Amino acid sequence: MITAEKLPENIQVNKKGRLKHFLTTEGLSRQLLTEILDTAENFAGVGERAVKKVPLLRGKTIANLFFEPSTRTRTTFELAAKRLSADVLNINIESSATKKGESLQDTLQTLESMHCDMFVVRHANSGAAHFIASMVSPGIRVINAGDGRHAHPTQAMLDAFTIRRHRGRFSGLKIAIVGDIMHSRVARSEIHAFNTLGVKELRVIAPKTLIPAYMQALGVKVFHDLEAGLRGVDAVIMLRLQNERMQGTLLPSADEFFKMYGLTEERLAHADPEVMVLHPGPINRGVEIDSEVADGPRSVILEQVSYGIAIRMAVMSMCMGSAE
Amino acid sequence: MNICISKGRVIDPANGLDKVTNIYISKGQIVAVGRKPPGFEVKKQINVKGQIVIPGLVDLSARIREPGEHCKANIASETRAAAIAGITTLCCPPDTTPVIDTPAVIELIHQRADQSGQAKVVCLGALTHGLQGQRLAEMYSLKEAGCVGVSNAMQAIPDTEVMSRAMEYAVTCDLTVFLQPEDPWLGGGHMHEGAYSTRMGIPPIPETAETVALARDLLLIEATGVRAHFMRLSTARSIEMIRDARKRGLPVTADVSIHQLHFTDKDTENYNSLCHVKPPFRHHSDKEQLIAGVKDGTITAICSDHQPHDHDAKTAPFSMTEPGVSALEVMLPLAIRLADDGQIGLKTIIKTMTVAPAGILGLEAGSLTPGSAADLCIFDPEKNWMVTEKNLVSEGKNTPTLGWEMKGKVTHTILNGRIVYKQ
Repeated sequence: MITAEKLPENIQVNKKGRLKHFLTTEGLSRQLLTEILDTAENFAGVGERAVKKVPLLRGKTIANLFFEPSTRTRTTFELAAKRLSADVLNINIESSATKKGESLQDTLQTLESMHCDMFVVRHANSGAAHFIASMVSPGIRVINAGDGRHAHPTQAMLDAFTIRRHRGRFSGLKIAIVGDIMHSRVARSEIHAFNTLGVKELRVIAPKTLIPAYMQALGVKVFHDLEAGLRGVDAVIMLRLQNERMQGTLLPSADEFFKMYGLTEERLAHADPEVMVLHPGPINRGVEIDSEVADGPRSVILEQVSYGIAIRMAVMSMCMGSAE
Repeated sequence: MNICISKGRVIDPANGLDKVTNIYISKGQIVAVGRKPPGFEVKKQINVKGQIVIPGLVDLSARIREPGEHCKANIASETRAAAIAGITTLCCPPDTTPVIDTPAVIELIHQRADQSGQAKVVCLGALTHGLQGQRLAEMYSLKEAGCVGVSNAMQAIPDTEVMSRAMEYAVTCDLTVFLQPEDPWLGGGHMHEGAYSTRMGIPPIPETAETVALARDLLLIEATGVRAHFMRLSTARSIEMIRDARKRGLPVTADVSIHQLHFTDKDTENYNSLCHVKPPFRHHSDKEQLIAGVKDGTITAICSDHQPHDHDAKTAPFSMTEPGVSALEVMLPLAIRLADDGQIGLKTIIKTMTVAPAGILGLEAGSLTPGSAADLCIFDPEKNWMVTEKNLVSEGKNTPTLGWEMKGKVTHTILNGRIVYKQ
């Protein structure tokens, strides 16, 4: 089997091993990932207080650089930053500078001269967050809010957080990720995170057209049959299927996808009786998931959203608190 | 001027020569190798003891970015880099702006190269008009203007009938077609499809992007009888296919870029845009088979596939950067490295960069045969140097070898009996 080795250097951690940038879950230690979850645990209650703020990042400026449209992720990052008392700048770059032909490097330099302390970045190209982290001045921190098909590490960590809250551990768990694995940065980040956190078995379930080559090299079992893949799993993570991929060379139709891979109560019965159903949202009812399941007792989809804020507060405060 | 190059180790694969001897040059030509011809009066003696004297390198593919992309490079800068690299002939693919599909562009390139006087520049003409893959280019006129072959460069010709007709027309004009096989639909990604592309989330280029197009083109070559040269092969399977085709007597040759013999998809990890090339650096086992192909002669030539870029072109997230490596000045040292590592014999590797590519281009070059033009490269095989942006003369500083310590440095380059570079 062909396996890829670990990335050679990790620009995410400083010399003392503290989190500096959060670009990918790959290559971070179990200890560090656990620290993110523990820190998030401390922040999870903040949103329920009358005064929903802690003064940790007072006086800091965080710029949300979204080169790709997003409402949900951007909003939770913004809320997380505000609950940490930081000033937040939302910059929708898709509709501004780059359209005028400005290079990414120039955009970054302009923003740096406005004395931003942290960039939260979403970009359509894999590796964009690494690129930006390698370009910025030493004092500036970068958090990846999704780059191409590569990584969406805060989403993976909030899923891990949700599962840990319910199960209290990762050892012994079997987790299945269902849907468009090929294009999913969420899936890639989850695979690295769950493997590092020590789950028993990770599965990906999708038609062959939506599974990239050499998938097994990432440490997963590949299933093309949903029921076989769900057998005995403790958690199912459903991925969103983008509209443009529902008809064409990857899939013939949304209906047929639902017939084969849609999560229904009947199919969920193959999983562990205590199974949790997760979805990074926004959900396509009747495409990848039946409403009965999405709104049913096994679903933790709405919990995920609120935990997302705690996770983002955790990584923001950890990155800002680390020395160079 | 009468020159004697003395005491160097002369390697001339075309004549099966490898010994310490003298070379005599007069009126731009080699007049003798070995004994001094009677009556030859030495005006200039160049003692190159301890160095290796080979025919000037012939590079099958170098983008010199002129006309059209002055921000990246120009003929003067790149032919100067060629001279420093021991390259005396380089072949320019037709994907300039405008495309080399009219005699005027060929004339312009020849003129500028003559003005610069650092290296001979030959051109491939376009196979289809504007490289658009729809109608035939005026191949006969291009040949009259001096093109040495026809090619669609990196642009695919998806329409099989157009490809077939273009080959037939090339047969009519007695031109070799130069093909870079890539299926445009399968080849839309940015790196080799493998464990690394999956991990990095970079849209992949499967090996079938090359082999499917190669299979089609081989069948059309067989049907039309055209003389064809395959450029920049990258997969193990392609080498097998070329080996089979040659066994069956098809008139095909093939080349590989020097970088494909050193780099793999693993080097792309960490999103190093300097390793963004097309075709992509592939798996280690592909690289091994490319080397085996050079050794057994399936791959006839090694080229630089020089593609100089400006800084901005490589400063962006990986998929948004432009593919290509600046390679003129590292071609010979990288080749020497393969010989030093015992992977390919020095004589074989010199052959693939001199007489073999000259043959593919139909040029009388790449040998030290008396009577031929005195194009020579002399290098010190033991001299070390470091690849840095500053050390590179090419306008393109985009090479993944930046920071490498190279062994082997050109000391003299002689073009038509004239010393164009001396260290």
